[in-house]
Amino acid sequence: MRSVSIIGVGCTSFGEHWDRSFRQLIVEAGIEAIMSAGIEGKDVEALYGGSMASGRFIGQEHVGALIADQLGLNPIPATRVEDACASGGVALRSGYMAIKSGDYDIVAVGGIEKMTDVGTEQAAIALGGAGDQETELFHGASFPALYALMARVHMNKFGTTEEQMAMCSVQAHKNGMLNPKSQFHREITVEDVMNSGYVASPLKLLDCSPITDGAAAVILCETEKAKKICEEPIEILASTQASDTLALAGRKSLTEIIATKKATQEAYKKANVSVKDIDVVELHDCFSIANILAIEDLGFFKKGEGGKAVEQGKTALNAEISVNPSGGLKCGHPVGATGVKQAVEITQQLRGKADKRQVKGAKIGLAHNVGGSGATATVHLLKALEGRK
Amino acid sequence: MTDGSLPLIWRKFGERYDLDGNFCETCKTAFFPARMVCPNCRRKGKLVARKMPKAGKIVTFTEVFSGPAGFEHETPYFIAIIELENKARLLSQIVDSEKEKVKIGAKVEKVFRKISDIDPEGPIAYGYKFKVV
Repeated sequence: MRSVSIIGVGCTSFGEHWDRSFRQLIVEAGIEAIMSAGIEGKDVEALYGGSMASGRFIGQEHVGALIADQLGLNPIPATRVEDACASGGVALRSGYMAIKSGDYDIVAVGGIEKMTDVGTEQAAIALGGAGDQETELFHGASFPALYALMARVHMNKFGTTEEQMAMCSVQAHKNGMLNPKSQFHREITVEDVMNSGYVASPLKLLDCSPITDGAAAVILCETEKAKKICEEPIEILASTQASDTLALAGRKSLTEIIATKKATQEAYKKANVSVKDIDVVELHDCFSIANILAIEDLGFFKKGEGGKAVEQGKTALNAEISVNPSGGLKCGHPVGATGVKQAVEITQQLRGKADKRQVKGAKIGLAHNVGGSGATATVHLLKALEGRK
Repeated sequence: MTDGSLPLIWRKFGERYDLDGNFCETCKTAFFPARMVCPNCRRKGKLVARKMPKAGKIVTFTEVFSGPAGFEHETPYFIAIIELENKARLLSQIVDSEKEKVKIGAKVEKVFRKISDIDPEGPIAYGYKFKVV
């Protein structure tokens, strides 16, 4: 059975890049990934690019071809992948499957969003398209509102508090301080979060991920070949994906993301690992409540105990499970790029090259990407291999 | 914005004005909006048109202080997921209700309201909202 490994990674800094375009960002990430893989552009056989809403944000569709064009990779097949905020994770999975199928040995995967060319209200409309246009956004349900609806049920059912959610943001900021590429470099307190004003109660401004420009890229290679050309290939042990109802009102449960659970269980089974084997996780915390839902749904803590675990510091860097060493939501959330950025971060962690935010002795890592309010979820399990010396 | 689209507004009259949904006679589940395929029974499902009850209760809610384009002037407003008496769930604004009474479990009933008219040249979209009773 063919196996797939990451041999190169690239990522721009995340932030409000008024001076740089969609093209410039993805080319920067793409070139960095190709160079770090030790290959040449001509070695890349296919490309998958994740972007959630380039049409809404920059009026540009057909960005698969655009990325290949700008990177000078024509005439390889180039495909845009869109599954809302999980576009990056699904692009990675598309590249994985393309190699797994035997059609290609080397594939480039990118993720990008250029969000600051439009105003905040227009950005909210673009992001609202990740939910159900006809039954959610039509009624004024913004994206924070959808997660706020889940947060309220979690609080009511399990006693999760606004302070516990605030702790997620405090920790994310703390880790973000250690990541030179993160959007924010400022420590905050629980009090800062509590006083930051409601966006959609009980979620406050500092419970939310920001609007961000950024791009990330990885080069995938068939593992036997990867061992020959790369010193530190990172094997993808499993790549899984699941779906659920587009609208929140149709879900069987509001206190869990069932698509996450489904993808996770399948990934653990395929890779023959258990949750105890995971040393580091980059999870999808678009809102602080999403962090709590994810650490439960990924199996690190029992359902309902996520808030308490965060409060007790169990998810801090080098604690019980190191969650989002990159800074997670406070690293920035250029929606289409996030799923690929997670794989970049896990790769650096497993290579022991994450500098001040390094998780000690990290052997196996997990990347978890969610689309919309949970209608799509992807999980990737990654492990370091010995390569060319 | 699809909100300003006349054909969309027109074809949604039944759903948004009268809560037209449907019901699967095989698994006895009510759906709103109406589904074309019963996700529980698929080809074994037997879907028949049915109006939803106008009463229900709040499952969860949020007060929105920063709304998307078209709702900037409405804030703050309540959004809730409501479980109707036949167990079908929908998302709606809660209006005409004292703030303290908007809570999980509160009984609500449907009212008819303007939803949005973000395009000054375009049609006004009307539909359901709910109020606490």
